[in-house]
Amino acid sequence: MLLRHTTEKIEERSALTINPAKTCQPVGAMYAALGIHSCLPHSHGSQGCCSYHRSALTRHFKDPIMATTSSFTEGASVFGGQANLLESINNIFSIYNPDVIAVHTTCLSEVIGDDLKQIIAKAVTEGKIPTGKRVIHTNTPSFKGSHVTGFSNMTTSMVQYFSEKGKERKKQVNIIPGFVEPSDMAEVKRLVAEMGVKGIMFPDTAGVTNSPMTGKFNMFPDGGALVSDIVSAGDSFLTLALGRTASMSAAKLLDTKCKVPCEILDLPIGVRGTDAFINSLRMAAGVNVPESITFERGQAVDVITDMHQYFYGKKVGLVGDPDQLVSLTQFLTDLDMKVLYVVTGTPAGPKFERKIKEFAGENTIVKYGPGADLFAFHQLIKNDKPDLIFGNTYAKYIARDEDIPMLRIGFPIYDRVGHQYFPIVGYRGALRLLERMLNAILDRQDRDAPEERFELVM
Amino acid sequence: MIDILEGRKNQVIEKGSCEEGVIECGKASLAGSVSQRACVFCGSRVVLYPIADALHLIHGPIGCAAYTWDIRGSLSSGPELHRMSFSTDLRENDVIFGGAKKLYNALTELIEEYNPKAAFVYSTCIVGLIGDDVDAVCRKVGAEAGIPVIPVQSEGFRGTKKDGYKAACDALSVLVGTDNETPVSCESINILGDFNIAGETWIIKNYYERMGVEVVSCITGDGRVDEIRKAHRAALNVVQCSGSMTALAKSMEIEYGIPFIRVSYFGLEDMASALYDVAGHFKNPDITKRTEELVSLEAGKIIPEIERYRKALAGKRAAIYVGGSFKAFSLVKALRHLGMVTAIVGSQTGNPEDYKFLKEICDDGTLIVDDTNPLELSAFMAEKNVDLLIGGVKERPIAYKMGVAFCDHNHERKEPLAGFSGMLNFCREVYASVMSPVWKFTPGRKRL
Repeated sequence: MLLRHTTEKIEERSALTINPAKTCQPVGAMYAALGIHSCLPHSHGSQGCCSYHRSALTRHFKDPIMATTSSFTEGASVFGGQANLLESINNIFSIYNPDVIAVHTTCLSEVIGDDLKQIIAKAVTEGKIPTGKRVIHTNTPSFKGSHVTGFSNMTTSMVQYFSEKGKERKKQVNIIPGFVEPSDMAEVKRLVAEMGVKGIMFPDTAGVTNSPMTGKFNMFPDGGALVSDIVSAGDSFLTLALGRTASMSAAKLLDTKCKVPCEILDLPIGVRGTDAFINSLRMAAGVNVPESITFERGQAVDVITDMHQYFYGKKVGLVGDPDQLVSLTQFLTDLDMKVLYVVTGTPAGPKFERKIKEFAGENTIVKYGPGADLFAFHQLIKNDKPDLIFGNTYAKYIARDEDIPMLRIGFPIYDRVGHQYFPIVGYRGALRLLERMLNAILDRQDRDAPEERFELVM
Repeated sequence: MIDILEGRKNQVIEKGSCEEGVIECGKASLAGSVSQRACVFCGSRVVLYPIADALHLIHGPIGCAAYTWDIRGSLSSGPELHRMSFSTDLRENDVIFGGAKKLYNALTELIEEYNPKAAFVYSTCIVGLIGDDVDAVCRKVGAEAGIPVIPVQSEGFRGTKKDGYKAACDALSVLVGTDNETPVSCESINILGDFNIAGETWIIKNYYERMGVEVVSCITGDGRVDEIRKAHRAALNVVQCSGSMTALAKSMEIEYGIPFIRVSYFGLEDMASALYDVAGHFKNPDITKRTEELVSLEAGKIIPEIERYRKALAGKRAAIYVGGSFKAFSLVKALRHLGMVTAIVGSQTGNPEDYKFLKEICDDGTLIVDDTNPLELSAFMAEKNVDLLIGGVKERPIAYKMGVAFCDHNHERKEPLAGFSGMLNFCREVYASVMSPVWKFTPGRKRL
């Protein structure tokens, strides 16, 4: 029992996080930056940060993750990191030659007080940035927010630096997909195209962090949002932001900066979540929902009707990132499952709590921010044991100790593959979630059934 | 040769080439390179991490704790407190007003809850900047709780991973020498610098015990606080992984007069010499006899099987890129044993003597690189047409994308690679990857 120390009695902890349900902002910024075509994320801090983030993303995606570092030393920490960043910009363009360098800060450079905007301006005036190349930045101190807000900050910076309002509105919709898998981003793009709508999606890691085996190492894979597309996002007639925590900020900025109105939706997870997304697209673009999408929806609903008795009344505990948690709660509640508690280390705010309770009912326990960690989640489980838990790989210690089936979802997933390739968004994603949940529930039923009740047909 | 960053030209040499010079190393990574290196905190954390009955509290923002949570497969035969992740999760207010009080509260809560034998408190970058008096908090809590509470000065920016090893050794020195009661044999050793990844320390410890040598403590594989406290009473320090533990061995030599020898447990030759060197130190004919028997028994068991792998692998070409250079020496020899050619060899943290030795044991044409980056490494690998890369987590997908086999010789090894049985595992792993049918489906490389 690895977690043998977890007690049933819940005590308030003021100073301590045990087994975190989040990680720091820069890794989210790095992941978002990989969603720009030919972009090299750059970590402005000491070497360790960059190395940790690359390792974490490499383990999660099982793909090469490229990023550079300002390699802070003691000197830089005293005198500021300007020289390091200028030298970095120079070296990066001369050797790796990306189209974009996307710089994010770390706790170190934030506390020193490096002014990245000013340093980048200096790089421009000193001619360190070749024509046609871009350097952007975002602030991601690790002592604020979480990996999700880091993702949001970098996405917002893309708007800040790139998006421009041209002469005329274009018949296109911006889609900000949120901190989801490359497979999810691809699925969202497919749905938009299927609806006959021209969409601009950023960031877009499809093809970047789930790239195919080609026989060569390619620092900049084919995928990623084009800078020209992010520029033209300022001319779109609408932005759909998927997920408040990860996508709202960029959408709002597009509104204030380029007067592109926005709609903040939940992630299109589950039937109702996807319905809302498809409906927004339909209304905005004035199109009809094609037969092909109705068909997909019908299949997802069909599986629910076929198997709804297995979902009824099953108790679930969720730990993960806020945007996924909101949509999942809605989906699971629609399946007649009972969401007991929802935990995220991200400081998601009271609106998050409201939303969860709106879907799942007032009795659902919601914990977020400091102290909302896997230890707290485990204590909740000890007090009211669920039939199924959702969480990232680190939840597997709890699943094992408490002998509860588990579905891997969120970041990081270090011990399974599939998340990179198969979406959980859209109707097809709903179908996949249904399949995975049923497998978990039915495998457990088979394992625990006494011989005379061991059933062939389920 | 391919493009190398101007500032890195002297960090790459080709043995036997006309331009062959002296390799430059121990430099900070060039700003703006995709360095594979980590920081001081990382060095300290990996070294101390396997001490299973100690509390490891990371004082800083959440990331440093999150990324080092149970990522190293250092096994424990008993307590598993080291596999938990404890952090003060410093927030903006703490950065402004200081985190010392939070640290005090966290430590007190944790010690009360988990009742550890000792506590290590790791300082991260930010703690060095906001100036928390970590030492004072540790002293205070230590006095109140009655256990050693040891600050680890591991602020990330203070140097490289190597400096982190040094900080870890300093922290260990606080524990060493605090138990003078427990009796210890005069034919006894400490195993330094093995971290029990996939259970390797257990294999090695078993060899020594069969030789009749008492193992006083393993630092830090399957480590225990009480064992480390009496480590100073062992007769000999046997140091593997030159980078991480030499500092502790040296300080124990000065303070307690304990000599040390450097060994490697990897590959047939080096494994056997390690045991013979230790036996030689004690000059006890019984020990020597038992050692000879052990080596011939264990080597005898695996040599015929290795031959089978050798037939398939002979002539294949390998690249090695590992953290410490000492490991690279053993790998070059082990690959040679398999009939394989080392075409590229490099490390993150080698020193001048290491590279000198490396050059001696390599064949002409071998490329020797210090602190390389993916673009460079992949270009070298293509140029040298290698069949195998031995490296760590960040290198693995690069090799696979190029259609090159891979063997993890770092934290993520799943089978023990040390010892005689480990050599067999190594051969099996290399064989499984190099000879995998998957390479039939992959585009790219011409295979020789």
